[in-house]
Amino acid sequence: MISVATIFVLVFSYIPMIQAFILSLKTGKGVNLSFSGLDNYRRMIQDIVFWTTIKNTLIYAVIHIPIMLLLSLLIAVLLNDRALKLRGFYRTCIFLPCVTAPVSYAILFKNIFSVDGILNQFLLRMNIIDNSIAFVLDPFWGKVVIIIALIWRYTGYYMIFYLSALQNINKSVYEAAKMDGCSFSQSFFKITLPLLKPIVFLTTVMSFNSVLQLFDEVVNLTNGGPGDATRTISEYIYDLSFVYVPSYGYAAAISYIVLIIVIVLTKLQKGIVGDSNA
Amino acid sequence: MIQMRKGYNVFKNVLLMIASLISIFPFYWMLVSATNVSKDITMGKMSFGYALVMNIKNAFAKEDLWRAFLNSSYLAIVVTVVSLLVCAVAGYAFVIYPSKGKDTLFLVLIASMMVPFAARIIPMFRMFSDMNLLNKFWAIILPAIGAPFLIFFFKQNTHAFPLETIQAARVDGLSEWGIFFRIYTPMMKSTYAAAGIFAFMASWNNYMWPLIALQSNDKFTLPLMVSNLAADFNPDYGMVMVGIIMSTLPSVIAFFLLQKAFVEGMIGSFK
Repeated sequence: MISVATIFVLVFSYIPMIQAFILSLKTGKGVNLSFSGLDNYRRMIQDIVFWTTIKNTLIYAVIHIPIMLLLSLLIAVLLNDRALKLRGFYRTCIFLPCVTAPVSYAILFKNIFSVDGILNQFLLRMNIIDNSIAFVLDPFWGKVVIIIALIWRYTGYYMIFYLSALQNINKSVYEAAKMDGCSFSQSFFKITLPLLKPIVFLTTVMSFNSVLQLFDEVVNLTNGGPGDATRTISEYIYDLSFVYVPSYGYAAAISYIVLIIVIVLTKLQKGIVGDSNA
Repeated sequence: MIQMRKGYNVFKNVLLMIASLISIFPFYWMLVSATNVSKDITMGKMSFGYALVMNIKNAFAKEDLWRAFLNSSYLAIVVTVVSLLVCAVAGYAFVIYPSKGKDTLFLVLIASMMVPFAARIIPMFRMFSDMNLLNKFWAIILPAIGAPFLIFFFKQNTHAFPLETIQAARVDGLSEWGIFFRIYTPMMKSTYAAAGIFAFMASWNNYMWPLIALQSNDKFTLPLMVSNLAADFNPDYGMVMVGIIMSTLPSVIAFFLLQKAFVEGMIGSFK
């Protein structure tokens, strides 16, 4: 059965990966491909859309990840209190978003943020804005909505990591600190945070990885638009292969850039987390 | 001092209550909207209406949401059962019958976890089109069978399995497969539950690969169908909401029934 499992992993993971590399050295439209060395990689440098999608993906990562991780850490710290009455209720509510299908919650958010939608109605009635905002159709607000949607879904997920890490910290450490006259904030910054470092790093890498592969939400919320203002790398690879006139070779070359970024990240993670465990 | 504590407690509860409300609101919105007509939904109507039956009727008559639901269920169940079987045996064998070669092999398998899907889609698409398997369920099932994460998860949990039990069973004359099915499987129920949830959710929510591999309406899964409905020029949001509920409800029910296994399955990669 090991061999069965191995064959499946090899056939559907490694072989495509190698083929993708060979493909990335070829150019041509559709199935008429011929070897052309590093042409595809050269094309990338001049491709404005490629750089836009890289920029968008990085914007999502740089804004979404810190906000989300801080929120999940904050919530985990608040919830890590056995005396809290509604603890189970809060935890369940906040975790629940991450059971939804990406397609489903993306559509829900698109609907909530639509021009006449519930959020605009609310903001108008509260006199926060004077005119409805076309959130999903705007280059700036489109990104904001995607980031809000991502934060909504994943905060509860990462909160669970922090919560279980916090529960693993020995209570006596805090008691000793209290005896020595440590305030709450002192013990948080001097004890809790250093002990959470490996988890903070792990969750950062995990969420960065998932943002690099962001696809479902963007397709269903903004479809990459307006123009390419919200398009991600993954969506661009998909579009190059299946929406535009197929240029498989170029798409494969871009996918290799993503692969290299992921490998570098994973190496980094292994290095740092491994060290702190040793 | 006591007052400060009280103040802090109130503050804490208010924050958590707001976070909970924001988390729950889209669920409420989905339920309310399923009972309203499309026009009211886009206008942001917050109260329950009377259009639920009509929306369900439309969803099942005009668009084949029921068919999509069955397709999704069928795929998720097949993928879960087969991948659980293959990966459980593999994870078990890595621990129980260790060898140098297997250790290397395991690393190779695990390394494939970091290959982003985007780096594989084009060759996979061409592979399945060469095999004439596009637009067939095989295209969804086959790549899902060897799940490196599940192998990893079973291997990890098998380390806690008492080896003496296996030796005792061997002395009693039980075959190796007998040991696996009669002793290991029943004892590892919670591992199976967590892994099962993981496999089921991955298949149930899967979007990108089915979008590429499945082309005709009668093969569509629920996410594809819902996405298509919502992408119409003038979508019937009542119907869309029914579809979203159909895709969300099974996960929510599974979550409440198997909370512990669920959380373990979702965060299992961290151990």
